[in-house]
Amino acid sequence: MSALKQRIDSLLVEPGCATNQAKSDKARKEGCKKPLTPGAAAGGCAFDGAKIALQPVVDVAHLVHGPIACEGNSWDSRHVYSSGPQTYRTGFTTDMAEFDVIYGGEKRLYRAIKEIVDKVDPPAIFVYQTCLPAMIGDDIEGVCKAASERFGKPVIPVNAPGFAGSKNLGNKLGGEALLDHVVGTMEPDYTTDCDINLIGEYNVVGEFWQVKPLFDELGIRVLATFCGDARYKDIASSHRAKAAIMLCSQALINIARKMNERYDIPFFEGSFYGIADVSDCLRKISKLLVERGAPADLPARAEALIAREEARAWARLEHYKSRLAGKRVLLFTGGVKSWSVVSALQEVGMEIVGTSMRKSTQSDRAKVVEIMGTDAHMFDELPPREMYKMLKESKADVMLSGGRSQFVALKAKTPWVEINQERHHALAGYDGIVNLVAEIDKALYNPIWSQVKQPAPWEIEALEAKGAAHHG
Amino acid sequence: MAEVIVGKKACAVNPLKMSAPIGAALAFLGMDRALPLLHGSQGCTAFGLVLFVRHFRETIPLQTTAMSEVTTILGGLENVEQALLNIKKRANPALIGICSTGITEAKGDDVAGFLKLIRDKHPELEGTEVVFAPTPDFVGGFSDGWGKAVTAMIDALVPETTVRTPWQVNILAGCHLTPGDIEEIRETVEAFGLTPIILPDLSGSLDGHIPENFLPHTLGGTRVEDVREMGASALTIAIGEQMRPAAELLEKKTGVPCRVFDRLTGLAACDAFIALLADLSECEVPAKYRRQRSQLQDAMLDGHFYFGEQKVAIAAEPDLLFSLSHFFADMGATVACAIAPQDAPVLARVAADTVRIGDLGDFEQHAAGSDLLVTHSHGRQATARLGIPFWRAGLPTFDRLGVAHKVTVGYRGTRDLIFEVGNVFMEQLHAHEQHITPASLGSHSTVAAPAMDAPAGAGH
Ligand code: SF4
Repeated sequence: MSALKQRIDSLLVEPGCATNQAKSDKARKEGCKKPLTPGAAAGGCAFDGAKIALQPVVDVAHLVHGPIACEGNSWDSRHVYSSGPQTYRTGFTTDMAEFDVIYGGEKRLYRAIKEIVDKVDPPAIFVYQTCLPAMIGDDIEGVCKAASERFGKPVIPVNAPGFAGSKNLGNKLGGEALLDHVVGTMEPDYTTDCDINLIGEYNVVGEFWQVKPLFDELGIRVLATFCGDARYKDIASSHRAKAAIMLCSQALINIARKMNERYDIPFFEGSFYGIADVSDCLRKISKLLVERGAPADLPARAEALIAREEARAWARLEHYKSRLAGKRVLLFTGGVKSWSVVSALQEVGMEIVGTSMRKSTQSDRAKVVEIMGTDAHMFDELPPREMYKMLKESKADVMLSGGRSQFVALKAKTPWVEINQERHHALAGYDGIVNLVAEIDKALYNPIWSQVKQPAPWEIEALEAKGAAHHG
Repeated sequence: MAEVIVGKKACAVNPLKMSAPIGAALAFLGMDRALPLLHGSQGCTAFGLVLFVRHFRETIPLQTTAMSEVTTILGGLENVEQALLNIKKRANPALIGICSTGITEAKGDDVAGFLKLIRDKHPELEGTEVVFAPTPDFVGGFSDGWGKAVTAMIDALVPETTVRTPWQVNILAGCHLTPGDIEEIRETVEAFGLTPIILPDLSGSLDGHIPENFLPHTLGGTRVEDVREMGASALTIAIGEQMRPAAELLEKKTGVPCRVFDRLTGLAACDAFIALLADLSECEVPAKYRRQRSQLQDAMLDGHFYFGEQKVAIAAEPDLLFSLSHFFADMGATVACAIAPQDAPVLARVAADTVRIGDLGDFEQHAAGSDLLVTHSHGRQATARLGIPFWRAGLPTFDRLGVAHKVTVGYRGTRDLIFEVGNVFMEQLHAHEQHITPASLGSHSTVAAPAMDAPAGAGH
């Protein structure tokens, strides 16, 4: 069995995963890999997932080893922000040609690494494996090792070829690459009793910066984020953190669990979306840090901060309550946790017509049931045709989803707000939920809706004529 | 004559190139009731889909055979079969366009052979044409894939015939044309009383209309029935050198003669096109086009002040690069840097001293010192770093509205292009004016153009 295969199998039975904990021994052994249906599959590949997880390390060069498809069609499409270095935004790829397919792409890969070292000289290079070189047997681990030794800098293999599985699996494979080759390889300049890691925070449109001031104010230092606005050195020395918060559902559960095992860093699962969730996170991390030796007054200071920030957020939301109360929203999310958004929208009195539970875990489902009272409105998949029908029949006043289904809503002449990876407004922290609600308000109350829904004059005449004919 | 330089880098930096399979997929998207199917792993499809959605701002029907590591090794017959059956059941399209990818080509999947087996085994696929375009990711790029898909459709769908319909014309449209361009071409051809069959026709499927129902396949575009009629046309007009192989195949199969237009932007090119249509239809040139021609002449007169001796850097797909380079040269600008993502015969005729096969990293390096950057939206980073104004052209253009409706062909399209780009130059001029001081006038002698309100020799 190949090393990659073993790794995938072990990730699929991840003991930290809530879904797995609920399974029988036998079911767990079989893992959770569902074969995709040809002709009816959608979504990114494992390479995509690994890149999403790791690209937010902003000072390293991300080199994609493969033909042009993998990087050429996709680079520069994610809005994750950096407070400094821009190296991560450059698309590097070996753009394998026929020659490389026949003779193997290892030499080209090695030369590509050398070119990056010569021209860019980043603190590290991440090399992503893709389907074609994996299939012809390019040994990227070997090339990375050789290059690392030769150039005296970390060259990290990320072995997550697309055909290994889903985007979600790719997230975890990306995490494994960090665990194997990066975490624990450097020491922080200094440590404090309040050092934490944030796992699964990618700093999409700067969301990390919406929560960082909260930690700063409490004297909690974010030693490393995995991997939003991260520097290579942060990740390499992240093993000295005292505690961690795991965000974004289970995407990087393997990092959280293994760092707990290896370096005794306790973690809990939290979310920065929704007022109650942010407060919950601050409470839990303060308590956890005190257990780990932080000053005893930390929880009290956290409570004061929470009281102040919650009051401020509620005051800002007040304005929207009368405008949004009773409006029906259809939620179709992948990245942002369904239940946290659900509870946030209910905070302003909106009614949830339905929410997709794609990619959500059992505990996510349980939470939605807890918040919504029933699971009647959950669906796993909603084919575009049905989604369109629902919207066209005005079952919902507004739809929240990822960019791919935006045109389903727009063509049905329904207001739409983006909530996934490509969103342009930051949704995290106490301000984030206000932003989201403001976006919904902006979409709902745009004057175009009444105009575009109005039929043409001659269409009205035709309709009336038809009506008259019916009655006559 | 441009010298074509192929770089020796192992690492592409900020790729300009996109893959052949998604080029082929876009060509299939120009067909009515069609659904392109990428034979490969699912990520390739997801990336292509996102790219098109960002550019066209439309839903894009695109499917995958969802190959896994195991099925890749075993061969993809079963996945292709399942995909076809699933698509037929769910969407019942008139056409499924299969594009292979890097892994399935390297594995050696014989898709054409698969299709024979599958068709025999499944009579229920009746009523859906299946066309296969071999498009390994590691050979050529976007426009090559587009060309292969069109060639494959002609090969598969056009029967041999000797019947001729004198007023029917085939238009083979290259991938550098926008839906707006195709619309313009259709209207022009129709204005001469001719009936065009346009292949592929993105203006029907990706022009941003609002359908009554949500469909899992394209709505609008070239109909399969029309492709079958192409053998009966009087002439094939191919637009873009990338369409030459397809036009030649059509000629070989059906005897319909072909004429390749390497561009339809610029006065001379438009003249040739209109003259050809007049000849073919034996019609007078409609007053509309005489008027548009004179408007273009006027635009050239007004615009040349701002284009003259400007240095332009362009990075684009081969036919677009060719067309734009000559557009700028026609107006008196110099193409100081020309980059193409992959080689093509037309590159030797680009209006520049050299054409580099390269990426946006090369572009950034060689464009320094020019007055205007021209490429797709990924040029944003270069323009920010170099501080040179940026005019967007090509796919993907995800940070501008209305790219599908932009018209760049014909008298009218060329006229608008002069205004659009001329305005970018003019804005620079005004920006420069603010920095003019007595001292700067002493040291500088190159003033690019007179002030806007003093058109020399305009004859007033
Ligand atoms: S599925 Fe494989 S070949 Fe396709 S984009 Fe993903 S890694 Fe690249």
